[in-house]
Amino acid sequence: MNKSVELKNKRIIASQHVKLGQKNRKGQTYTDVNDIFYKAESTPSFLTGSEVIKEAIRRASVGSMVAYPITPQSEAAALIGELFAEDYLDEYFRGESEFAVMGQCAGAAFGGHRVYTTTAGPGTLRAMENFPMWAGSRLPIQVCVTCRGINSPLSIQPDTMEMHYLLETGMLVWHAETAQDLFDYTLKGFIVAEQPDVHVPIAICCDGFFVTHTKDTVNMTPEDLCLTPYDPYKAPVPCLDMETAPIRMMRDPFVMKSNYINYSTHASWQQEIKAAIERSRKHTVPLLDGLIDEENTDREVLVVTSGTAVSQSREAIRLLEQEGIKVGLVKIKTIRPFPFEEIKRATKNAKHIFVPEFNVGGWLAREIKSTIQNNERVYVGPHVAGGMTMPSEVIALEIKNHLKASGQ
Amino acid sequence: MSKEKIAICEDLADIMPPEYHELVESATFGNQDRGWKDIGSSKELIEQHSLCAGCPESIAFRYILASLPAPENTVFVGSTGCTSLVFPHVAVQNIHSLFGNQNAIASGLKRALKCRFPDIEKDVVVLAGDGATVDIGLDMTMQSWFRQEKFTTICFDNELYANTGGQESGLMQKGFVAKMAPKGKNFEKVRLAEIARESGCAYVAVLTVSKPNRVEQAIKNAVLVAREVGPTFVQLYTPCILEIGKQSMEGLDEMKDAESIGGRFVQKEYITDEAQKLLDSIKEETKARKKAAKEAKKSVNA
Repeated sequence: MNKSVELKNKRIIASQHVKLGQKNRKGQTYTDVNDIFYKAESTPSFLTGSEVIKEAIRRASVGSMVAYPITPQSEAAALIGELFAEDYLDEYFRGESEFAVMGQCAGAAFGGHRVYTTTAGPGTLRAMENFPMWAGSRLPIQVCVTCRGINSPLSIQPDTMEMHYLLETGMLVWHAETAQDLFDYTLKGFIVAEQPDVHVPIAICCDGFFVTHTKDTVNMTPEDLCLTPYDPYKAPVPCLDMETAPIRMMRDPFVMKSNYINYSTHASWQQEIKAAIERSRKHTVPLLDGLIDEENTDREVLVVTSGTAVSQSREAIRLLEQEGIKVGLVKIKTIRPFPFEEIKRATKNAKHIFVPEFNVGGWLAREIKSTIQNNERVYVGPHVAGGMTMPSEVIALEIKNHLKASGQ
Repeated sequence: MSKEKIAICEDLADIMPPEYHELVESATFGNQDRGWKDIGSSKELIEQHSLCAGCPESIAFRYILASLPAPENTVFVGSTGCTSLVFPHVAVQNIHSLFGNQNAIASGLKRALKCRFPDIEKDVVVLAGDGATVDIGLDMTMQSWFRQEKFTTICFDNELYANTGGQESGLMQKGFVAKMAPKGKNFEKVRLAEIARESGCAYVAVLTVSKPNRVEQAIKNAVLVAREVGPTFVQLYTPCILEIGKQSMEGLDEMKDAESIGGRFVQKEYITDEAQKLLDSIKEETKARKKAAKEAKKSVNA
């Protein structure tokens, strides 16, 4: 695993069954993803995260979107409806529940469409049965998860606990820190998820409200350039449109019991999904410029985290710096695949590793603890729960207190 | 799909199984007059099945597959249950995803196929048991009808959960003693055909699978109306002989009893005016086409 591959200057190949340079019905030009991101000029705009999702989808050549209202993703889901009314998407409708929506998305993906949807919190959990089905069926659907609380009593506040439930579904899971990340990850996510040697679903997660409902400056690629459409015939499994031979699949259905072939087929398929996630690295590293970002990781004290906790930590590090405490930072961009080797390397010299999280469980700290040597170096926290904000002062104070308690 | 797509590359012909050769040579893909009478004289689209001996579902599968108007452009959506053991043996593409979400899958699929193939009629047919259609999936079944999704829903009604061992289902008769209904089911059989009619289905049929010509007609009507008018629903009584305490040779008698006067499955249809008009015109066209073909044949012979 993690055999090093030279990825510098690697060009990511997106589907090319539609000629580059050709125009779609909206006059947008199908453009190579490398040219969109690295050659075209971006212009700054001041938008909410929800508006950013709309703008990314405008450029994404999406076939179907199925929508359902749940805070805090309702606005984005409705804005994409406006794109449909403007004829940017082939199909858009409101489903009846997240369980149904994810089934409708699966149907459209089985039929060969590029599919996008959004969900949040309890919706993610209601939809949950579908996610391993998507992965097992090799459907490269993209779902934007705008994280919120999932517990009772009812909460609509930001909380990243639902991401923990996604970790072993067989999906790629990326975590956007900012609206800029959300824009980039949305477009790049389609390209990575649809690679024939990957071809699994992708969850682009962001922290609800903090990202979806605040305005931020985002550099956007030109509106008249769009991704090439999804090619359903470049897939590890046949597209179910009766355009390929309908072979009889097997003599005994896999579900039959007491059949060794059944067990070995399922085991190897599950391993294949995991392997597909690992294979996504070679496409993701050049597109996202690595699975992690590092700042001063030669320091003895590090903060390692993802999502908006990164932004809060960056400010906490500035506050600590004023008091003479030097702290480095690791931003984790992809949770699946998990950047094991990258984190091991980045934390090699650290004596104290702090993992601030917007959830009560501390799942990211557990993931990191299971990755690195001498994991007593990991301090599980600070956390906030119940949708509270995590002031930078709180992070700074907790780091100071812990360092003091450990004699530094 | 055209019939050429199932043709075998010459270099690989010797390693292809004989049943695939038969499929290429004598299956009825592309024959617009295909029907149950082809059974026995042409290659069926079901190779074998893994159901119990004498299970009426197996004959229902054969009649349905023989009756589809255009299997070369049909995609099935199934659900978990006995039917999901059969689909791997069928030469029509089929989707199994989860239990109960079949009408949601079919909604997304039909719409995507409509966008991708605006000039080809791609039929989507849902085939699921009564547990999937009425209990766990009723929301998605009905919502697809409310939304007027243009595909056919077929329910194999065996009045219980057969694959899990004979538990009570919503379509079970009142009073029937079953697993999870130890004192007998205490509410009436859900009136699904009426629910379908009120939910916006343009064509609804309830029948057993004792008579192949009736099954053929219902399936053809349902698929053709779904293409042009709106959602359609066919409820077929396929008794689980194992769980109702019958022998493997008694399935046919059970169905005949159920469809006789006063039975639960006396044949009925609900057809909207628009659907009836369409069916009448198709009937006229078919009649004219067959007549013309007959006359052409006569003139050649003369």
